[in-house]
Amino acid sequence: MHSVVCIKQVPDSAQIRVHPVTNTIMRQGVPAIVNPYDLFALEEALRLRDQLGGRVTVISMGPTQAEVALRKALSLGADDAILVTDKAFAGADTLATSYALAAAIRQIGKELPVDLVFTGKQTIDGDTAQVGPGIARRMGLQLLTYVSRIVEVAPERREIVVERRAEGGVQVLQTRLPCLITMLEDSNRMRFGSLPDALRAARQEVRHWDKTAAGIEDVTKIGLKGSPTIVSKVFTPSPRAEKAEMIAIEDGSPADLAAALLGRIAARFPGVEKELAQRA
Amino acid sequence: MIERFDAIVVGAGPAGNAATYTLAKSGLHVLQIERGETAGAKNVQGAILYADALERLIPEFRDEAPLERHIIEQRMWVMDDESYIGTHFRSDEFNKPPHNRYTIIRAKFDKWFSKKVREAGALVINETTVTELLRDDRGKVIGVRTDRAGGDLHADVVILADGVNSTLARKAGFRPEIEPKHVALAVKEIHFMPRDTIESRFNIHKGEGVVIEMLGKITQGMMGTGFLYTNGDSVSIGIGCMLSDLMAQKTTPYELLERMKAHPSIRPLIQGGEMKEYAAHLIPEGGYHAIPQVFGDGWLIAGDSGMFVNAVHREGSNLAMTTGRIAAETVAELFKAGQPMTAANLAEYRRRLDDSFVMKDLMKYKDLPDIFHANKQFLTTYPELLNRSAYTMLRVDGVDKLSKEREIFADFRDKRSLFGLLGDAFKLWRAFR
Repeated sequence: MHSVVCIKQVPDSAQIRVHPVTNTIMRQGVPAIVNPYDLFALEEALRLRDQLGGRVTVISMGPTQAEVALRKALSLGADDAILVTDKAFAGADTLATSYALAAAIRQIGKELPVDLVFTGKQTIDGDTAQVGPGIARRMGLQLLTYVSRIVEVAPERREIVVERRAEGGVQVLQTRLPCLITMLEDSNRMRFGSLPDALRAARQEVRHWDKTAAGIEDVTKIGLKGSPTIVSKVFTPSPRAEKAEMIAIEDGSPADLAAALLGRIAARFPGVEKELAQRA
Repeated sequence: MIERFDAIVVGAGPAGNAATYTLAKSGLHVLQIERGETAGAKNVQGAILYADALERLIPEFRDEAPLERHIIEQRMWVMDDESYIGTHFRSDEFNKPPHNRYTIIRAKFDKWFSKKVREAGALVINETTVTELLRDDRGKVIGVRTDRAGGDLHADVVILADGVNSTLARKAGFRPEIEPKHVALAVKEIHFMPRDTIESRFNIHKGEGVVIEMLGKITQGMMGTGFLYTNGDSVSIGIGCMLSDLMAQKTTPYELLERMKAHPSIRPLIQGGEMKEYAAHLIPEGGYHAIPQVFGDGWLIAGDSGMFVNAVHREGSNLAMTTGRIAAETVAELFKAGQPMTAANLAEYRRRLDDSFVMKDLMKYKDLPDIFHANKQFLTTYPELLNRSAYTMLRVDGVDKLSKEREIFADFRDKRSLFGLLGDAFKLWRAFR
């Protein structure tokens, strides 16, 4: 099994703020992390390798600093890392990004055929969930989005069975390899890499591919030129003004306080009491 | 098969980085292990960088390192509740390159330092905690065990630069549990404001910086100091006191910091800034008497882990870099001579420290912590008296100057008595001699 995992270095959105005047994202001083959803994809690929053998290659498109994210993936156990980096890629939207990554994955496939491509569900900076499907479409891969569990992979029959989160339930899907999977959050628990992996990550070279090495054929389809998306407006949604209700009670015991709180909840949401009674 | 290195350095602070850099530059096969996500992730400092210690390692650092401002003015403020009396020293000599001191933001600086360490040829791994030292049946340290799977590594020598808490040294029995009276707890905030605001507020030009060190009533009688440093587009403000004092007075450092920020002389300096960072750290301030055994069979201790901090002169990171460098130089020379890393051979490290400014300075102030501990008047009564004297003398109110002098002298005599004044002078002389 050869899996390619696409990861992205993103600003830690928990620490990001929007400039009050210009409405632009203030990236200065915000630490860069591996997109958290991508780690579920990486862990799933590592598990398949540990179970069935093969290799895991991680790939990222971004500036040279993104090498840190790839090194992190190596320290978690990935076998190989490639950074697709070129000034020509700057300003890419999801269309241009998926074009570039698809080309690079094809190049990887020339070294060793690719059975599975993994991405996270979406990134936490763009939140579009478009790049994974975009890669699948361009490469003609079967597409499995929002996968919560890989039930079975049968390399000899070239088949895979997964569980996919859908509205109102779980779909069990079977398809053929090669395919692209976008992994859902909480689908697994990321491992803590071994010491040999940590040492290897510190030593190993992360290959840098420019647009030629990545096999880009049409330069009008990458970077800003290949990006039809226009951001017409950015705004900060105003916070919802919901005030907490203060319940006045004097010198009550914890039991009194709890009783007063439950009383207020029951008064405000009439159905709650009945429902709780039913469940109990 | 357990991998083997010439040397393993635990920690990526100033001591660990200096040691690893020196070892790698000497051509040794060296591994540095850091528990934080990146080098410097766990580090906190005021922070002033003293050029000399770094220059001895990386002479060209001024062209590359992220430096905030070079210091041209040092203020020392003795604080009363609503006033201060103090000294300012400012000189254009400090504007002549090469500059002697800089303010730095450690998060940026440490990232750069770590890059230099890797470029020198050392192997650096992060997010890895050394849980214990491996020893042979004769007790010699032969490597480390980490918290990762397959986590044992061998080395001829291990340099412990794992910081003030050094659980590793404690666990190995090299160092006793750190005592509350030997360690200060300091907190600081970074307030961001435009460069122009900083430059006009502190009367400085682009690139120039001001340092304010404070003592007196801001620590409420506890042994400690406060500081305010100018960075590029921010101001660092902080305060620290001995942990034992904080425990005894049941005060928290952030309460002290809040009061300090509200002081009428300090508030205008940080007004309008946006607080973006809050940090706290322990500082080993026990001085000379608190320094543990710093070498043994197969191991050395450098930096905060060895309690190398000169609290009087607010020097720590330079002592860390210096002890780290000297530890590494000792090891590198033994390697070159084909000598084993025995306690007898590594004792050379301590001899070199004794010959350096590190031990000489710490020796000079060896009794100061105890003297200040036993004589709170230096941090409460005297700041009050000095401030009141200045106020009395400078207030023009129809009272003649001789009467004012008498009033001031009576004030001192009432508070400390003649005998007390003499005694205090003697104690101060002894502490600083």
